[in-house]
Amino acid sequence: MGVALALPVALLLLLTSLQGVSAGWESSARVTAYMKQDASLEQTRKLAGEIGSDGRVTELELVDKDQALAEFRASSGLDEALDYLEENPLPHTLLITPEENTRSADGVAALVTFIEGMDGVERVQVDLGWLQRLNAMTDLLARAIWALAILLAAAVVLVIGNTVRLSIESRRDEILVAKLVGGTDGFVRRPFLYTGAWFGLGGGVVAWILLQASLWWLSGPVERLAGLYRSDFSLNGLGVDGILALIIVAMLLGWLGAWVAVKRHLDDIEPGEIAGG
Amino acid sequence: MIEFRQVTKRYDSDHTALRQVNFHMGRGELAFLTGHSGAGKSTLLKLLMVMERPSAGEVVVGGQVLNRLPRRQIPYIRRHIGVVFQNHQLLFDRTVFDNVAMPLEVMGASPRDAGRRVRAALDKVGLLSKEKMNPLQLSGGEQQRVGIARAVVNKPPLLLADEPTGNLDPKLSADIMNLFAQFSQVGVTVLIASHDLALINEMGRRTLTLDHGNLIAGGTPLQGGASGN
Repeated sequence: MGVALALPVALLLLLTSLQGVSAGWESSARVTAYMKQDASLEQTRKLAGEIGSDGRVTELELVDKDQALAEFRASSGLDEALDYLEENPLPHTLLITPEENTRSADGVAALVTFIEGMDGVERVQVDLGWLQRLNAMTDLLARAIWALAILLAAAVVLVIGNTVRLSIESRRDEILVAKLVGGTDGFVRRPFLYTGAWFGLGGGVVAWILLQASLWWLSGPVERLAGLYRSDFSLNGLGVDGILALIIVAMLLGWLGAWVAVKRHLDDIEPGEIAGG
Repeated sequence: MIEFRQVTKRYDSDHTALRQVNFHMGRGELAFLTGHSGAGKSTLLKLLMVMERPSAGEVVVGGQVLNRLPRRQIPYIRRHIGVVFQNHQLLFDRTVFDNVAMPLEVMGASPRDAGRRVRAALDKVGLLSKEKMNPLQLSGGEQQRVGIARAVVNKPPLLLADEPTGNLDPKLSADIMNLFAQFSQVGVTVLIASHDLALINEMGRRTLTLDHGNLIAGGTPLQGGASGN
């Protein structure tokens, strides 16, 4: 049961960490400006100097059309096909990295408008495609995790429900006598509901211990790997709020499981026979 | 205390357990309920315990009509009825003391008050020295007396007993009956289902006799008996 609770929480933690990372990358978007086909290399150099001196740009790289074609030839494998072209179809390109303060959606948009307005520029592209794909993937992952969490929560309810059912069966005589001497339904149900909540508490604590243990076990390698990618990615543990929420949810699930069992089995136990003729 | 007005109980399978039964029992009255096996004794007791509802007629206990009593109210009625079972329905996972304390526990009595009342009830049935024992360690007669202590521990105005002497020898049976007589003297209405005719005759009390669901004798109190409304 602890495992059933720990698994979705662990996945959620991983997801939050991933989303933190993608938010960090979003700000380092690069702007690509394609020159008009007829723009000369001279014109492009001049433009590069102009843009490069703008305060909002930290880094600027110029890729001329010959260099671009050579790269394309090498990477595409369309070597022979390209030989049939009469002229180079690729434009000169400027790769622009915005300055840190400009790396907001608005800042980047303003920069894009500024560059688009310049003479000789055909098109400006912000390369967010892969980021959008990552976001779409994390969204999908989030849904999958929630679906899994719901399934596992249902499993927890069923497991606790079954445990409580067995406990009801084994205390059948006691329940009968309690009802015969005037125990209300509430009086008879209460200990079983408490049992469910206690099971939930136990499961929640086990889940938390499992999480902490796996975090501790994984954190070293994860930091080393993130270091290799020059990322500050790290697995975040549960905060105090998270731990409390985990345990409260676990107790509620336990209580719910017990309640289902009590509804289905305990209320059926009604004294029907007083022995004798 | 108890009143049956034209009470009929019919079970699904066209089996009629009670037919138009009428009788009345006053406070402090002790009566026997007898009849052949299947005559309707258990059904009559079950109607009083609200374990069953009558098909027709009215069952009144302590001035309250039980027919349309909401389910939620049933426990509160049962708290005013002490029941002694033939198989005593004791729990063997707890001591004699804890068994007797159950009716007080469900009412939420304070442990101090409960302790006092449990010991008074055990003293009444002569088992005070055995309060810490498990019911399994007791003889049949002693177990039955624990059952009686549990039935009277919260001083109910009505005491029902279903074959309370079923498994006991005549000497023990007489002891148990004397115990019931003592309760009726202090104002408890006692109704005892039994087919031990020898014992019933010896006691010389009002006897309600059922035959195939019909009340054929004892519908009215004995003249000069221990009745009194």
